[in-house]
Amino acid sequence: MSTSQWHSLSQFIAMDGYGLYIWGAYGVTLLCMVIEPLMAGHRRRQAWRSAQEMAATEQEEL
Amino acid sequence: MSTLSWTTFAAPSKFERLASALMPWLWTLCLIMSTAGLYTGFIVAPTDFQQGQSYRIIFIHVPAAWMSMVLYMAMALWAAVGWAFKVRLASMLARAIAPTGAMFTFIALWTGAFWGKPTWGAWWVWDARLTSELILLFLYLGYMALTEAIDDPRRSDAAGALIALVGAINVPIIYFSVRWWNTLHQGASISMTAAPKMASTMLTAMLLMTIGFWAYAFAVVFTRTRAIVLERERDTQWVQALVNGRNERNGHKE
Repeated sequence: MSTSQWHSLSQFIAMDGYGLYIWGAYGVTLLCMVIEPLMAGHRRRQAWRSAQEMAATEQEEL
Repeated sequence: MSTLSWTTFAAPSKFERLASALMPWLWTLCLIMSTAGLYTGFIVAPTDFQQGQSYRIIFIHVPAAWMSMVLYMAMALWAAVGWAFKVRLASMLARAIAPTGAMFTFIALWTGAFWGKPTWGAWWVWDARLTSELILLFLYLGYMALTEAIDDPRRSDAAGALIALVGAINVPIIYFSVRWWNTLHQGASISMTAAPKMASTMLTAMLLMTIGFWAYAFAVVFTRTRAIVLERERDTQWVQALVNGRNERNGHKE
């Protein structure tokens, strides 16, 4: 902590007694913003694979 | 070279190429801006003289609430364009925006509860601002449930556009609720007509987080749009050429 407002890590985590509220808010936000992109990416890869399978079966038919 | 106009990227094939090229830039921008925003918000910005440390929730709460409203308007706009002009990509964009909008609405409500408890003494109050934001969440969920329930894409997009447009009336209600009603929720953090009431470092942190959230929203919505494009157009020639192209390239590498 470079500036004078935080003297130790434990003081930073405690947030003058507001730690539960601040980290509760930030933690859930971070969780949501990690899970959502993973889900969207998973959906795209699945769509890609199913398009590949479709292309493969159509080539076999030719 | 073909000419570039506002309809150029309306072709799903062109969109796929553009979005795929943009992806690393959007994620980089998101990470840089969010890191800078968190650093400014937690290390540089001072303690609030009224609310102590609890105010630091503002750096995610306000950007998330802004995104929840902006994304709804974007969703309604694209849904309407897709419906009125039969632009396939516009309807797909609207569908892709909804889950991200719903997530930001949930984050705005969640962080608001974690801010309300130490500030007002209650996780939740039935105040105009909070209630209209909760209705926004239900509108997103309603849109998603309705569009997922109808199998035919064109009918599903049309039904979605209708509910999205009717629900759009709620967005100005959320925005002006703190002025129209006597709410427990504090007034606007930033106003076009008045000087900012916040310290400039707090404002900077909030704006950096907002840019980060914008980049995040573009990245996730584009990823989901690409998925929907592939799902809906997988039997078209351009998609088959696209996936075959990647196939061959992978084949050469192996």
